[in-house]
Amino acid sequence: MNTRYKILTGNEACALGALDAGMSFFAGYPITPATEIAELAAELLPRRGGKYMQMEDELASISAVIGASFAGAKAMTATSGPGFSLMQENLSYGMLAEIPCVVIDVMRQGPCQGVATLPAQGDLMQARWGTHGDHPVIALAPCSVAEAYFETIRAFNLAERFRTPVLVLSDAALAHMSEKVGLPEPGSLTIVNRKRPHSPKDKSFRPYADDGSGIAPLASFGDGYRWYVSGIIHDETGFPATASPEAISDKVKHLLGKIENNRAEIEAWEEYRAEDAELLILAIGLVARSAKAAIDQARLEGKKTGLFRPITLWPFPERRFAELADPCGKTLVCEMNEGQLAGLAAQLSHAKIIPLNQNNGRLITAETILQGIREAY
Amino acid sequence: MSGHIFDKYLRREKLPHMWCPGCGNGIVTQALLRAIEAAGAAQDEVVIVSGVGCSSRANGYLDFCGIHTTHGRPIAFATGVKMASPRLKVIVITGDGDCASIGGNHFIHAARRNIDLTVVVYNNSNYGMTGGQYSPTTPLGSLSKTSPLGNIEPHFDVCSLAGAAGATYVARSSTYHVQALIRQLTAAVRHNGFAVVEAMCDCPTLYGRLNRQGDAAAMLLRWKEICLPREKARSASPEELEGKIVIGEFVNSAERPEYTASYDQLIQQAKAREARA
Repeated sequence: MNTRYKILTGNEACALGALDAGMSFFAGYPITPATEIAELAAELLPRRGGKYMQMEDELASISAVIGASFAGAKAMTATSGPGFSLMQENLSYGMLAEIPCVVIDVMRQGPCQGVATLPAQGDLMQARWGTHGDHPVIALAPCSVAEAYFETIRAFNLAERFRTPVLVLSDAALAHMSEKVGLPEPGSLTIVNRKRPHSPKDKSFRPYADDGSGIAPLASFGDGYRWYVSGIIHDETGFPATASPEAISDKVKHLLGKIENNRAEIEAWEEYRAEDAELLILAIGLVARSAKAAIDQARLEGKKTGLFRPITLWPFPERRFAELADPCGKTLVCEMNEGQLAGLAAQLSHAKIIPLNQNNGRLITAETILQGIREAY
Repeated sequence: MSGHIFDKYLRREKLPHMWCPGCGNGIVTQALLRAIEAAGAAQDEVVIVSGVGCSSRANGYLDFCGIHTTHGRPIAFATGVKMASPRLKVIVITGDGDCASIGGNHFIHAARRNIDLTVVVYNNSNYGMTGGQYSPTTPLGSLSKTSPLGNIEPHFDVCSLAGAAGATYVARSSTYHVQALIRQLTAAVRHNGFAVVEAMCDCPTLYGRLNRQGDAAAMLLRWKEICLPREKARSASPEELEGKIVIGEFVNSAERPEYTASYDQLIQQAKAREARA
């Protein structure tokens, strides 16, 4: 395999990953610290016959992305906290209508304007619960520039496979730091495309009918299938089915079930020196890299410490986390917020949860985590 | 003839419709179907995108590809559909609240780009689906559930707004002036650019009842009284224009480039530059 090595920023890696995954449409609105993703899309997409479009706001961006996907395009937008908030209603449209797309949220210090140029991990729960109603979520959290590239590709693949919007949670530091990335030959990548229907193109076509796989095939507008979908709870015809309590319940269960029943395919995580650990650290993104350095140092001091790093943040790899955390008895949860993962960890494990929160726009350093290990051990 | 069109374009199994007796939405919708037929658009090349509100529910009765989107966003969804597949004829069905209030930003920016969409604004002067609240097109002084003492907000002129923002086809008619409405909608569907047709539309159950405009028939006849053709309005005095609604074609221009065509040129340039490099 002919690997090309490049120095890239996290934002560049997201844009290149999207292009290599087959993105042909990007709609966005400028926002720090995500803007370079849009800039690179604007430069590179037209060269490949694709389209970048600068919308009037983030409401329009996510709406146009979903609209383009209806017509068969692999589509993406990129934003940060304030824009991500604006996208929430229409994200639920994509979830309910089961339209694949990718949203990159480059997290910055919040709330509100917060600090536009500084990193945070404040959108973890917005990614999970930002829109209304019970809904399915897949969110991926890369910890390096290389992983930003590969996780963006995986985001497109999961979106196409499960017919749902997929989120990538980067942050302001990852977005702007530069690292070496080995880019594989585009032809060597595994690229998933949405399953197309093969049924007759007539009145019998039911766009939301399960073909036995749990995921209905998706027709593109203009390819001969005539179909309709409403943002109202609908049945397998795509039309509203609000009179039937069973139909309402079935729809919500289907949406949640297609993620829950396929955890093995969606979940990804990294374990580092966790086998014999007496203290487990739970961290995602760049914080996990600080944690690794702290773990190495702590082990020199005789403190058996290990790391559990969800790469798929949602659905959270709950079973494996509990398997590692429970025997340790203690879990140190390091995150750049006021404890969004710590509360979840307490629900999932019998271990004593020790939160280490730093919410000041600065990355948590290895020294800070090492101090936390010494106090917690 | 009409039976043929309705058999072709209506999802009969979805009828009867959910609109109130006397609602003008049916008149506007049948005018749109006649226009699609007259314009010669292929049925499987038409995509109807609607927002949320009474008029947006028309989408479900029509036998085309369709998206019933979120409140205010149909033009933004339609923009994505059109960009991904420019050969499709994308028609937006929207109401006065959906288009001019919550979706107002998308409306003016799509007009500015001159992207090839046909936007049909069913203007019934109030929010019907939520029970008759005032909208950005409710006339000054009118009564609504949220302006029980009379509306103190001046209204938007949807056609002036569209024209000022850059729409290249803009027209207005009413449910009384059906033949004109069909002609305008036909021209709008044929038009290669951002086309807006505002259809003044009756809501006898809410707006009409609250403002004592009589039953459905009286409301229809009222359009005959208060609508003034554009040609006559040109020479009318300000007093004569008081309380009147000007109907007709306001903009019909092929001067500005259409957005997806401009984008295709941009792609050719980008590819040529790439090939040289």
